[in-house]
Amino acid sequence: MRNYQAVIIGGGSAGLSAAVTLKKNGIEDIVVIEKDMEPGGILEQCIHNGFGLQTFKEQLSGPAYAERYVRMARELNVDIKLNTMVTKLTADRHISYVNPSEGAVTVSADAVILAVGCYERARGAINITGTRPAGVYTAGQAQRYLNIEGYLVGKKVFILGSGDIGLIMARRMTLEGAEVLGVAEIMPYSNGLPRNIKQCLEDFGIPLYLSHTVTKTYGRDRLEGIDIAQVGPDRNPIEGTTQHFDVDTLLLSVGLIPENHLADEAGIRMDPVTRGPVVDDYYMTSADGIFACGNGLHVHDLVDFVSLQAERAALGAVKYLQREGKARGNTIKVRPGEGVSYTVPACVHPEDPSGNVEFFFRVRKPMDEAVLEIRSGDKVLRTLKKRKLMPSEMERALITEKEIAALREEVTIAVREVQA
Amino acid sequence: MITKELICVNCPMGCRLKVEMEGKEILSITGNTCPRGAEYAAQECVRPMRILTSTVKIDHGTHRVLPVITDKAIPLDLMFKAMDEVRTVRVTAPVAEGQVLVHDLIGSGADLIASRSMEKN
Ligand SMILES: Cc1cc2nc3c(=O)[nH]c(=O)nc-3n(C[C@H](O)[C@H](O)[C@H](O)COP(=O)(O)OP(=O)(O)OC[C@H]3O[C@@H](n4cnc5c(N)ncnc54)[C@H](O)[C@@H]3O)c2cc1C
Ligand code: SF4
Repeated sequence: MRNYQAVIIGGGSAGLSAAVTLKKNGIEDIVVIEKDMEPGGILEQCIHNGFGLQTFKEQLSGPAYAERYVRMARELNVDIKLNTMVTKLTADRHISYVNPSEGAVTVSADAVILAVGCYERARGAINITGTRPAGVYTAGQAQRYLNIEGYLVGKKVFILGSGDIGLIMARRMTLEGAEVLGVAEIMPYSNGLPRNIKQCLEDFGIPLYLSHTVTKTYGRDRLEGIDIAQVGPDRNPIEGTTQHFDVDTLLLSVGLIPENHLADEAGIRMDPVTRGPVVDDYYMTSADGIFACGNGLHVHDLVDFVSLQAERAALGAVKYLQREGKARGNTIKVRPGEGVSYTVPACVHPEDPSGNVEFFFRVRKPMDEAVLEIRSGDKVLRTLKKRKLMPSEMERALITEKEIAALREEVTIAVREVQA
Repeated sequence: MITKELICVNCPMGCRLKVEMEGKEILSITGNTCPRGAEYAAQECVRPMRILTSTVKIDHGTHRVLPVITDKAIPLDLMFKAMDEVRTVRVTAPVAEGQVLVHDLIGSGADLIASRSMEKN
């Protein structure tokens, strides 16, 4: 069986950035496995601008951002297997894949980096009664149809969920001549980035119905209409608030979930909140030598942080390969405290720190003024004032290598709302 | 004096900007992380400008459409007019990222450029 130093599963932003980092650090015998016909991942369909301001100090479109990484990978002679789908991963790092030229093959690797991206929640995940006609798509499906295949899925559109993909599609379909009648969001606040509420809805006068949901669909073969209703604090529809819209298309933008099948089947420990693998400060999962990063680890809203995180995961893999094993010593857990829904990474190694560690986390609810507190047992490591926190925006906090080396007790990251 | 609260749309950081104005004169702009934010706020108070992204038809490419972008922001109020012209554009593969497809789109001063490379199929 062919053995690689490292196999990277997924050729999106995360996979490409990880591959480039491995090569730059002397790990030569690597392969990126990508199921699509070209590398780049989800960015190929995200034709809007706003990518790469952190990394390249430029406002790039998704495809242009991806192209930079594809070019870097090609310059470093990264081997990318396209049209190749990984069907199975085991905890002892056997990778089975299929493609038209080789058929079904199993290889092994000293290290594996999972960079598999995420998938969209679909109709089955939400509660809508009524018929099941054509014309109901996830926002990402509609985006793929329009931006890659050149096919507009409908003319009169309603969008359920204020996730970013839905907002971006509201603008895109409007510009393409469709009429977007509104966006309904079940929560009392938007789930998309504030900039997308502004430039995708407000710029075009598209109404956002907060605390509303779609309750019913009409139409036999093709969608003909929907009902929306206001919801109470329990998120159940309030009687007498129903409004009807005649539409031929309903887009669902109700959340993204890490593509977790491979990790789950390999028996890797998963985080019930992020729905991705649990990782340590080297981005290693519970399986030795298997690392994870990008949207396959937890859903990101900024590609720049995906590239950065993949670089760190690759550096974790480099260290693992160089010393032929995992980090030494005990681990200290890092937990979400009050007001925080998750933290990544979930533990650190005080006796063998990976360096300064940047933690990614999300708050549970919007807060105008808040205080971020990082503590270890009784000791407060950090308090920081924060303004305008939103669950839709990922937050970051750094703990230095020195602070990590001194840790003896569990760390919690908490965010408390304060009255202004 | 009036205070306007804006959200910078230049990048996903979405900084919250505060503009203090006296009549048409801008007294101060705060809340921006980078200089683009200040430029944005000043422009937004006069005539909102946005980058336009779309697709155009491409012959003999690996896909049926090619993503395109304006190289600078154009007035928001001209978006639909710009789209009418974008819809008439047809190009042939291969195309390189950054290649100019339309000079001075509807007289806005911005060029429409390819936002990715596409090989011949
Ligand atoms: C619709 C949308 C809009 C966004 N808008 C913005 C924005 O405006 N600005 C911004 O900065 N960020 C934005 N983001 C975030 C950012 O683009 C993504 O977080 C980032 O591109 C994710 O990269 P990734 O490599 O983790 O995942 P992906 O790009 O999804 O890559 C994963 C790759 O793995 C492959 N793969 C999965 N499973 C297998 C398998 N079993 N075998 C082989 N290959 C496999 C997939 O085909 C895919 O190519 C957006 C994200 C989405 C989804
Ligand atoms: S001010 Fe700068 S960093 Fe902030 S959103 Fe605007 S462009 Fe981005």
